[in-house]
Amino acid sequence: MSAPSFHIARSTPESRFALVIGLLALVALVAGPYWIDRNGMRIVGEFLIYLSLASMWNLLAGYAGLVSVGQQAYVGLGGYFLFAWAILFGLPPLLAIPFAGVAGAIVALPVSLLVFRLKGAYFAIGTWVVAEVFLLLAAQISVLGGGSGISLPISVVRSIAESRDGRDMAVYWSTLGVAVAILIGTYLLLRTRWGLALQAIRDGELAAETSGVSVATAKRLLYVVAGAGGAMIGALIFLAKLRISPSAAFSVNDWTAFVIFITVIGGIGRIEGPIVGTFVYFLLRGLLADLGPTYLIILGAVAVGVMLFAPKGLWGLVADRFGWQLFPVGRRLVLDTSASAATSKGA
Amino acid sequence: MEWANVILQGILVGGLYALFATGLSLIFGVMRLVNIAHGDLIVLAAYVALLCVTQTSIHPLLAIFLVAPVMAVAGYGLQRILFNRTLGADLLPPLLVSFGLSVIIQNVLLQIFTADSRKLSAGAIETATVPIFNGLAVGVLPLLMFVAAVAIIAALQFMFYSLPIGRALRATSDDPEVARLMGYDNRHLFGVAMALSLAVVAVAGVFLAVRANFDPALGPSRLIYGFEAVIIGGLGNLWGTLAGGVILGVAQAIGAKIDPGWQLLAGHLVFLAVLAFRPEGLFPKVDG
Amino acid sequence: MPEKRLLDIRNLDAFYGAFQALFGISLHAERGETLAIIGANSAGKSTLMKAIVGLVTTRNAEIRFAGGELAGRPTQQIVREGIALVPEGRRLFRSLSVEENLLVGGHLHRSGPWSLMAIYDLFPVLREKRHQPSTSLSGGQQQMVAIGRALMANPDLVLIDELSLGLAPIVIRDIYAALPRVTAAGTSAIIVEQDTSQALAVANRVYCLRGGRITLEGTPASLTRDAISAAYFGV
Repeated sequence: MSAPSFHIARSTPESRFALVIGLLALVALVAGPYWIDRNGMRIVGEFLIYLSLASMWNLLAGYAGLVSVGQQAYVGLGGYFLFAWAILFGLPPLLAIPFAGVAGAIVALPVSLLVFRLKGAYFAIGTWVVAEVFLLLAAQISVLGGGSGISLPISVVRSIAESRDGRDMAVYWSTLGVAVAILIGTYLLLRTRWGLALQAIRDGELAAETSGVSVATAKRLLYVVAGAGGAMIGALIFLAKLRISPSAAFSVNDWTAFVIFITVIGGIGRIEGPIVGTFVYFLLRGLLADLGPTYLIILGAVAVGVMLFAPKGLWGLVADRFGWQLFPVGRRLVLDTSASAATSKGA
Repeated sequence: MEWANVILQGILVGGLYALFATGLSLIFGVMRLVNIAHGDLIVLAAYVALLCVTQTSIHPLLAIFLVAPVMAVAGYGLQRILFNRTLGADLLPPLLVSFGLSVIIQNVLLQIFTADSRKLSAGAIETATVPIFNGLAVGVLPLLMFVAAVAIIAALQFMFYSLPIGRALRATSDDPEVARLMGYDNRHLFGVAMALSLAVVAVAGVFLAVRANFDPALGPSRLIYGFEAVIIGGLGNLWGTLAGGVILGVAQAIGAKIDPGWQLLAGHLVFLAVLAFRPEGLFPKVDG
Repeated sequence: MPEKRLLDIRNLDAFYGAFQALFGISLHAERGETLAIIGANSAGKSTLMKAIVGLVTTRNAEIRFAGGELAGRPTQQIVREGIALVPEGRRLFRSLSVEENLLVGGHLHRSGPWSLMAIYDLFPVLREKRHQPSTSLSGGQQQMVAIGRALMANPDLVLIDELSLGLAPIVIRDIYAALPRVTAAGTSAIIVEQDTSQALAVANRVYCLRGGRITLEGTPASLTRDAISAAYFGV
């Protein structure tokens, strides 16, 4: 039998299409301030923030099996880090963003030692307790307004840029930069051997333990990365809001519940899921936000319905039907001739 | 003497926390389900009690006997219609479905009852005290709460270890597949477990409503107290859960005595300390 | 007068997801019979047992039991019809005592010869250990509890999966010695075994499984060793 010819493929036709669309979208977004009005830029900024948070939550829950209900701990931490940085130390606010990431990672490591002792669903509530502790501690910091919160002083706000347009642009581009970094980073992380090992475990392939990758290390790595990313996003959120309070910074609804709904509705455990979910979320919000509590009831019901009847999410429905994969993280063996399919026989 | 009083109050509040925890512990024990909506169901029970009292003007504490069956039936339905569909090897579906349910319950309550705080007035019993000695006295209501917690845990313990239904629940918890081989319908048994859990939730909800103000947003923190009591006490041990609730209550009372801002923090810190130094809990179940 | 034929399986295919584990199995058992199902590891014996009680998805199958159709019905209903399975590996309820395990087995209260007293007479060692945790027993004693637990349901047919696997020879002998008393009480039995000689000694008829298919059927007396090993190993 002649040796079959094959090659290892990562890209698919759809993924090359997605790459082109993605690059075009990136160019359009970078040029955003020149063609989107102020309100539009605010919405795009929020979109990017939710997309980033959902991508990181997806990384934790969908790939590492770490269902955290406490990621608001890192969002709030990043926010408070920014305010402390600017108000207490008088340092430039924009520079706080990368350092908030460092702070998030430094805090996430010891926290992981604690919460990783809880398994499964108990881990979820454990992370929530940690976020509550952060909230209560933040309320004790009287120099940052204690329980009622604090605004960024005008002088600090001015130091970002003199004009309001200038500030909006600076915040917008920072958000875009961090979001793109998080999305690309998430994608690349899943293509490393840690990422592949985690997917193997999730898919029930036992080979992961023997592939030389420590599962515990991989999970901890992802948790720390998500902590860093969450803190950077938190700094950005409260840089845009210019005001922080413990209940806003550590809100389980705003920074975790919506994020979970986005990921579940879009498709958990798939890179495309959070993207689809964020679109659906903003669509629902645009249509229903005036309804107040009813809006949240509908959002919760949609998420429960998706979890029960389409557990792979909306993207899962589409992808399974058409076999699409926009962001291939695995490698596929592609046989170059159909005749060589026979080589799998024998043994 | 002042401190003795603080600790005594903490112990009695611990009874309420044990009530929060018991229902949570029960369904985790039987079907490995962690119900994120547990706290919201406690608050829901408080509102059901409010309706009972305003509609029939019975005494709030007697309302327990109306609210408990209502919640038990609701629990059985919830399990059969919703949670049974989520049970399996994957822990995500039950977690996320109960999380969604939590948001739904909070907002339905918000829609119907607004964000205003409510309270059930139990009349003279709220201020009545029983003197112990040396000027030390306990409130009748907190004492009643603690006695209720002890009685409920004792009753559940008796059910689990001495009645056929308890044997069935333990068997299903050990090995659901073999339980089916014995002719048990697990979906029904899980429904029974959830009904029991929500009957306990009903008692907790009524005491919550009588003891202090409540509003639709109160659920998540009740879930957290219950969860902390379960972990501090050790999984799978209901008396341990009572001890966990008491430890949490005492920690909060001491924290509050030092500085009101430290009340909740002190409880959380005790929980985290247990997690750090004795992750299996203080009174873990001895297996076999 | 009940039908003589107790169990009649025709054309049973069984699946784990997309993987087909059994192919066109046809098998029958008469009232009062003891069948042995022999075959190597992963021949499909356990799958067949699980398929009969509805724990594994079957397709196209007809499973008639005491005149009624079982295929597609949930396990707990099949068990109520009078079939009990002693699962591979015993799988006693860990947090229950010996007697509690037996009581759980009897909770349906079907009438018949088996009661706590009858089980303790069958396996006297269990009477002494009735209040001990089931996990404290030896493997052989656990198998006695597992068989007793199944009999407590007073089934018309008891399926015993991997009766002797992992047990000491002396206990295996005790358990096999008790089997004739089970069938004498009116309970038919299907015994799944890798240990062919024990099974052949008690069985009225034998089926051999290999690769999910029945490769041999007959009475122990009619089968030569060569025929059995050919069916068993496929050589």
